[in-house]
Amino acid sequence: MVVSYEPVIGLEVHSQLLVRSKMFCGCSTQFGAPPNTNVCPVCLGLPGALPVPNRAAIAMAVRTALALGCQINTHSRFARKNYFYPDMAKGYQISQYELPIGEHGALTIETDGVKRRVGITRLHQEEDAAKNLHGGASGHNTLVDFNRGGTPLMEIVSEPDLRSAAEVEEYLKRLREILMFLGVNDGNLEEGSFRCDANISIRPVGEPKFGTRVELKNINSFRFVRKAIEHEIVRQQGVLQGGGVVIQETRSYSPEQDKTVVMRGKEEATDYRYFPDPDLPPLVLSETMMAEARALLLELPAAKRARWTTELGLTDYDATVLSAHPGVAAFFEQCAAALPPLCQGKLTSSEAGKRAANFIQSEVLRRTKTEGLDAQFPTSAQALAELLSLVEQGVVSGKMAKDIFAEMATTGAGAKKIVDVKGLAQVKDSSLIESQAKQVVESNAKQVEQYRSGKTSVFGFFVGQIMKATQGSADPKLVNEVLHRLLDQP
Amino acid sequence: MTNTDFHTRSACELRESVACGQVSAVELVRLFLGRIEKHDGRLNAFLHLCPERALAEAAAVDRARAAGEPLGPLAGVPVAIKDNLCTRGIPTTCASKMLAGYTPPYDAHVVEKLRSAGAVLLGKLNLDEFAMGSSTENSAFGPTRNPWDLERTPGGSSGGPAAAVAACLSAVALGSDTGGSVRQPASFCGVTAIKPTYGRVSRYGLVAFASSLDQVGPLGRSVRDAARMLSVVAGHDPRDATSVATATEPYEDECGKAVRGMRVGVVQEGLGQGCDSDVTGALAKAVDTLRTLGCEPVEISLPHLRYAVSTYYIVAPAEASSNLARFDGVRYGLRVRGGDLIDTYGKTRAAGFGPEVKRRIMLGTYALSAGYYDAFYLKAQKVRTLIWQDYQAAFAKCDVLVSPTAPTPAFLLGEKLSDPLAMYLQDIFTLPISLAGIPAVSVPCGFSGQGLPIGMQVCAPAFMEGRLVRIAHAFEQACGLSSRTPPDFS
Repeated sequence: MVVSYEPVIGLEVHSQLLVRSKMFCGCSTQFGAPPNTNVCPVCLGLPGALPVPNRAAIAMAVRTALALGCQINTHSRFARKNYFYPDMAKGYQISQYELPIGEHGALTIETDGVKRRVGITRLHQEEDAAKNLHGGASGHNTLVDFNRGGTPLMEIVSEPDLRSAAEVEEYLKRLREILMFLGVNDGNLEEGSFRCDANISIRPVGEPKFGTRVELKNINSFRFVRKAIEHEIVRQQGVLQGGGVVIQETRSYSPEQDKTVVMRGKEEATDYRYFPDPDLPPLVLSETMMAEARALLLELPAAKRARWTTELGLTDYDATVLSAHPGVAAFFEQCAAALPPLCQGKLTSSEAGKRAANFIQSEVLRRTKTEGLDAQFPTSAQALAELLSLVEQGVVSGKMAKDIFAEMATTGAGAKKIVDVKGLAQVKDSSLIESQAKQVVESNAKQVEQYRSGKTSVFGFFVGQIMKATQGSADPKLVNEVLHRLLDQP
Repeated sequence: MTNTDFHTRSACELRESVACGQVSAVELVRLFLGRIEKHDGRLNAFLHLCPERALAEAAAVDRARAAGEPLGPLAGVPVAIKDNLCTRGIPTTCASKMLAGYTPPYDAHVVEKLRSAGAVLLGKLNLDEFAMGSSTENSAFGPTRNPWDLERTPGGSSGGPAAAVAACLSAVALGSDTGGSVRQPASFCGVTAIKPTYGRVSRYGLVAFASSLDQVGPLGRSVRDAARMLSVVAGHDPRDATSVATATEPYEDECGKAVRGMRVGVVQEGLGQGCDSDVTGALAKAVDTLRTLGCEPVEISLPHLRYAVSTYYIVAPAEASSNLARFDGVRYGLRVRGGDLIDTYGKTRAAGFGPEVKRRIMLGTYALSAGYYDAFYLKAQKVRTLIWQDYQAAFAKCDVLVSPTAPTPAFLLGEKLSDPLAMYLQDIFTLPISLAGIPAVSVPCGFSGQGLPIGMQVCAPAFMEGRLVRIAHAFEQACGLSSRTPPDFS
């Protein structure tokens, strides 16, 4: 009898924070410095050194906890997590145990039309470990670089509410974009600024008890997350269906072998002997700090998309593309807001949104460079709005606008300037268009006959001929009107 | 000019002598270095001397004086420092094989303060290893001897500082106190010491033993000297998150103020069995002296004091077990190579730590471990609050409390080594004060029948060090015991 299993997955995400200095000392957090240069007695764990908390990092953690709907512990406490490892300078990590910054939040995701409310158990603050570099020249040494040691981290723990690899990927994507929109994380997986561990178990469908869970560590690529989770689910199913039991262990995903492999077994489960860190008095989050955090809670991506689709009538697809990066979202909103005033109120905000959305997707994004949270656009949002207003007013055609934009991107000149200098204003003189159209129709009798006998696609030929004759500056609407009038006659 | 008695003068007098040109700072240094050379072989108070540096610092003071520049409150005063305080470029061993030869790259906050005040550093002083002990017999570099009787201990853990000051090998010294470690040695050696309120003096650069208890404390041969040292080193340090922003006062100004009407609580607990009759006798006489000064003695009971030793010996080792985890042979200090990582950790720590340190690490680890944390560490912290409440209640009725500093005068070397618990009971009067975080002073109040010093301990509410200085100074002036020098060292 084949039992049907459902996966039960919880995620632990470690997010670095975009602060300039470490969690408990003033050393720089800048990535890529030569080894052991961003260090001091505190993050090296020298005798006599003491930690002092980083206020900006705590503010970011509070902001994130609020964005995830957590209850904030206004009295919060740092705790020592004691274990020995060369990348842990003090022999303990300063983390949080009881009274973390935030608890009992949630993040709602949607996959294949199914909504899932994923509980956030807790959000806490801690310091990152140093980096072990295994191998060395002889292959036997491990080198330790303490630059990363002490970097601020937020650990975000979800309830085991996820039920598929697809949901895991969606949760990570949504969480990452929230962190980026809050300005607390740059979303860079390659540099390790966002790391994920998964706890995966399976159980027969309908069974309330949880199965034995396996920890899957360091899923650090969106490319591999689905494969890794799927492989582990299949592996566990195979074990149970074969009559075996799932062993509680820690595994990692090997992309080369496309499977999960054991990292360490259960016997290494450590007693961390957590206790409140006596070097750090209880953290009291003042009303001022809470108010500041709330004020910085900008509209989050999901809310933005919902607003764009309902108020601006954007499609889900467009909304997703434009909200993929906080800089792009801001650019879109600025452009969409600037457009109606430039059109003397003849354009609704919904129409403005659609114009901006379409043009940005077709012409702007491929000329935009993003790195972390930075985005470099080919023009300003205001300049683009100006160009789009010219299209609205019929001064230039949509097609012409694309060429103008290309020139704006390379020269930095404004749309109006380019139109004036190059004389690109659309020809709206109906008599001119009329005479051109007549000429084209008269000199192409064959095509006229084709069109009138039902081959409507030939219409484009006539349009093209007129455009050629007018160097592309004929108002397409007028051209269409005139041509139909001339051609549709019997 | 004769300098035959400069070594017996107080630090305050020496500073004035230098300032008015009666003696040069360089001459003073030479004098004390000479005495160290002559006498320290018998005492073993010093672990490290820095003669060239001291002479250079002294020469700088002399130049400043000659140039008419303003001089600091300790200008030209020879000082010595317990070897668990970090001194840049000068070995800091904590009397442990683990740190033999370790030279910190930074100065402790209190060391920086002493330097700015113009003090001249003679060298580093012996202690019980990592400040764990009550006799300085736990030092990896041999015990220090009591200058009043070389067969006896000077107390601990700041045995080096107390012996050096008592024998006039240094004008003043800095020690550290976790459960009595400046007070009890001061009592055994006939000098004065202050343990400040927790948070009064920065711990940055003090190698941590028990983070919620450790404080740096001055030792001197007069209350005024200790008061001036305290003023120099006290105050907020942003590098220590537990150091308070409460303003310091010029504690010395309390010397000479009247104590008439001060209510003095005489703590009843601990005066029975286990307390030497010479000690109780000396205390009774001291209380009489206070009465003649116009104080009003009253009997006070602190009912939870009987739990103080057990409470302390759970909290302190627990914190110590975590604080000493950084000594793992990876970044600094002793490394004994083993077969693999765990083996290297094991061999290094087995070789580096002495038996008492190991004992406390084991105790502390146990008290924090899963299943025992609630019953031991958490419970102990709760009892700690009860002890603190006893003091709060007492201070509603009294201005200060008095007791003996130690239950006995100095005991013989080796006498208590075979019974750790008997050693722990040495601190029965000092421990509860450390647990409550309040300030205390030990002043000489008499001698035993064998001519050994006996000290009286006075404690006050938090941040009331000024009150302690006032009453201790008045008592000292009335008794005239403080400036006595051990006969062998005059």
